[in-house]
Amino acid sequence: MSAVVIVGAGPAGIRAAQTLVEHGVHPVLIDEASQGGGQIYRRQPANFTRPARQLYGFEARKASALHQTLDALAGQIDYRPGTLVWNAEHGALDTLRDGHAAHLPYQRLIIATGATDRVLPVPGWTLPGVYTLGAAQIALKHQGCAIGERVLFCGSGPLLYLVAYQYAKAGAKVLGVLDSAPFSAQCRALPELLEQPATLGKGLYYRAWLSAHGVPVHQGATLERIEGGQQVQRAVWRKGDQLHDTECDALAFAHALRSETQLADLLGCAFEWSTLNRAWLPRRDQAGRSSEHDVYLAGDGAGIMGADAAEMAGERAALALLQDLGQTVDPQRCRTLEKRLTRIGRFREGLEAAFPFPEHWAEQAPDDLVVCRCEEISVGELRAVVGEGHWEINRAKAHCRVGMGRCQGRMCGAAAAEIIAHCSGKALHEVGRLRAQAPIKPLPFGVEHDA
Amino acid sequence: MSPWIESEVIVMGAGIVGASAALALARRGHSVTLLERGFCGAQSSGVNYGGVRRQGRSLAQLPLSQRAHQIWGELPALIGIDGEYLRSGHLKLARSEADFVALQGYEAASRDHGLDLQLLDRAALRARYPWVGEIAVGASYCADDGHANPRLVSPAFARAARQQGARVIEQAGDSRVEHDGQRFILHTQSGLRLRAPWLLNCAGAWAADLAAQFGEPVPMESGHPAMLVTEPLPWVMNASTGVEGGGIYARQVARGNCVLGGGRGFALDAQRARPGQSAVLAILRNAVELYPFLAGTQAIRTWSGTEGYLPDHEPVIGASTTQPGLLHGFGFAGAGFQIGPAVGEALAELVCDGASRQPIEAFSIRRFQVRHDLASNH
Ligand SMILES: Cc1cc2nc3c(=O)[nH]c(=O)nc-3n(C[C@H](O)[C@H](O)[C@H](O)COP(=O)(O)OP(=O)(O)OC[C@H]3O[C@@H](n4cnc5c(N)ncnc54)[C@H](O)[C@@H]3O)c2cc1C
Ligand SMILES: Cc1cc2nc3c(=O)[nH]c(=O)nc-3n(C[C@H](O)[C@H](O)[C@H](O)COP(=O)(O)OP(=O)(O)OC[C@H]3O[C@@H](n4cnc5c(N)ncnc54)[C@H](O)[C@@H]3O)c2cc1C
Repeated sequence: MSAVVIVGAGPAGIRAAQTLVEHGVHPVLIDEASQGGGQIYRRQPANFTRPARQLYGFEARKASALHQTLDALAGQIDYRPGTLVWNAEHGALDTLRDGHAAHLPYQRLIIATGATDRVLPVPGWTLPGVYTLGAAQIALKHQGCAIGERVLFCGSGPLLYLVAYQYAKAGAKVLGVLDSAPFSAQCRALPELLEQPATLGKGLYYRAWLSAHGVPVHQGATLERIEGGQQVQRAVWRKGDQLHDTECDALAFAHALRSETQLADLLGCAFEWSTLNRAWLPRRDQAGRSSEHDVYLAGDGAGIMGADAAEMAGERAALALLQDLGQTVDPQRCRTLEKRLTRIGRFREGLEAAFPFPEHWAEQAPDDLVVCRCEEISVGELRAVVGEGHWEINRAKAHCRVGMGRCQGRMCGAAAAEIIAHCSGKALHEVGRLRAQAPIKPLPFGVEHDA
Repeated sequence: MSPWIESEVIVMGAGIVGASAALALARRGHSVTLLERGFCGAQSSGVNYGGVRRQGRSLAQLPLSQRAHQIWGELPALIGIDGEYLRSGHLKLARSEADFVALQGYEAASRDHGLDLQLLDRAALRARYPWVGEIAVGASYCADDGHANPRLVSPAFARAARQQGARVIEQAGDSRVEHDGQRFILHTQSGLRLRAPWLLNCAGAWAADLAAQFGEPVPMESGHPAMLVTEPLPWVMNASTGVEGGGIYARQVARGNCVLGGGRGFALDAQRARPGQSAVLAILRNAVELYPFLAGTQAIRTWSGTEGYLPDHEPVIGASTTQPGLLHGFGFAGAGFQIGPAVGEALAELVCDGASRQPIEAFSIRRFQVRHDLASNH
């Protein structure tokens, strides 16, 4: 009989694997990364020896617990690190590992593919020295190197303060934090945020710590453009009517996260619009069941809820899968998990209110701004195509190649949708979503495979 | 109830065939309504490989194909863009002596049609196209065949039709079609009502339904050619290629990406298709022997489309044998992009002049009704 398979060895995937094993089911766990942990608890390479406390801060205990869980599962699961799932169809996954392609039929599948940064480009964003917040954090966590010596952090979302804090702690010169969200929004969001006092506390702590250590934190400050010749030299930003500039040699920016939904799409899962995430997401019930009877969804890959929720959702999805296989599971545990997830959901709404999407971004984006860096498509080119009547995102892609390049729209898709919606006067959800096409990531010619 | 939309001709399906028919009719001053279920030029016509070649077609298609060749040469004047159309030359490769003999046979048989094919033996092929893999033993070269960007070309035909006065209605599929003895009456799902004495069935892989409704069933099946594109590569391919007997065809666009096709995918539903892992892996494995420069490069995207195939791999073009006013133009078996503009013009001529300039009798829908007629005459 074919296996139960989990894609993604982050908090969601690891907890799902653990839960399955506890019930006597031994899954295959696949992750593209060479080591488990996922985005937040990404491990350092084997030859690095920084202590967990230094790498993961407040989350050190959780990170170590998750890593230990994965290590303890050795021998009980078929763990396949360094393995990309590039396609899925008809109840099977197609994988690539060390240049070798393989076909893996599954009986049931849990998709726990996580998220990447949501990027809203500004002029100059393609200059060397400009990173996403996530990439800046990965550089630090994984390789132990900073993206620059004098770094500015911009955008919005909880990751903004966290990464700035981590950089400052690691000894980098943090020139400032530019948060596009106004302070007033964060005050208004306080009731929902209080749903998770510990998480809120951490958020406040990062900000307070930054201020106490002389790092300027500007709220309601938007990045206007990034300037430089060969490399970032200066950021120009606006607060109210005032323009400011800050000299820097590196800059990290992002506006929250976006889910990696391609696998669910390739497998035909039904999608629904999520106002909270400003995205089309695979539909799931409270337990994580998708519209497809053999596909389950857990973690940030099905809507951004953060690492704690990912762990719970992974466990809950695994329990649902076990139930569907006819196993008895503890109903109390299922209810508890669902209740906690609901609570985190409310907190998440608070976060969205506290770090609201910059509604004016699309309107203000200049025509010569590159929106799709793979295909070098400018906002003006995209607007021209929309002006010709192409308001559906896949049609806009067909006409001007936005999202058609190497990254397949995972970098530019969200921004392109915003531009199209604003320019056509349609609601964001009407613009649709870029259809997933294999390969999820580029695939080499000459790849070997078992025919 | 919405008011009647009256026109002389309703064209069902805004692929390259329907859109070019609508354009030709509008240019000749006829009132035309072009009805499209989804978006203009978003099905086969917008997602195909982009090969614009005459070489290799059945001899029966060559007169229309030659006419299409002329139209392609005048693209900017006709549709306002060049559609990245390039007469790059088309190289049909032979992997065995038997295949090369077949290419020689085609060259001889098609000589009167003016394709100006050149046969290249192994040495000539190596000398002129050093990037072709050792596996090729010879080739047939057509200097004026080439390729274009279907994403741009096909919707531009519909846009040009609109600019010439055609009424173009998108998001209007699954209409109820009737004939009241004088005119066709269509009710779209979206609530529109249309009337016209002429109806052109240019509904691509979905055209068999309408034909069947008027008593002309055809054994058409859908097929889904697998397509793949690489990251941008240094410029090497100074000709687009095909392979005798079937194989992996390839072309390189100005941006540097190589587009490859070969093998078949599968249908997701009636309208959507994917190339499928086996076809994709087969291309990735086998392309390198024909195109060694691809070794180590990466494929960034794959796709497919939905195309209609009749058993003899020839299209249906021409008048209905059962319903006056109904014309068909569908079922191009993976090769309708090049010929499509000429088919559209031929259909327009049937409406305006009662006959097309090029012979189309070989493509009559009658060929599928022989047995049916015999049965009913009995
Ligand atoms: C760069 C980055 C940094 C973050 N840092 C923090 C943080 O510090 N604090 C915080 O609270 N949240 C952080 N987040 C948010 C984070 O997404 C969640 O908190 C948490 O990691 C979600 O867990 P998960 O299990 O859902 O997904 P992830 O942890 O993202 O794990 C998903 C895993 O799936 C794998 N994967 C995805 N697609 C494929 C594929 N096709 N084939 C094979 N493997 C695949 C990935 O390699 C990844 O390891 C960060 C997010 C990002 C993108
Ligand atoms: C992947 C692929 C690669 C190909 N490569 C090449 C190539 O290199 N060279 C070449 O010459 N040819 C190629 N072809 C074939 C070529 O694309 C087609 O033969 C050609 O586009 C057919 O045009 P069409 O207008 O008949 O069909 P389509 O483009 O499919 O148009 C038919 C239209 O009718 C619409 N429609 C259907 N039913 C209804 C309805 N009831 N009401 C309203 N509208 C309706 C559809 O939505 C569609 O837009 C390829 C095809 C595919 C799929």
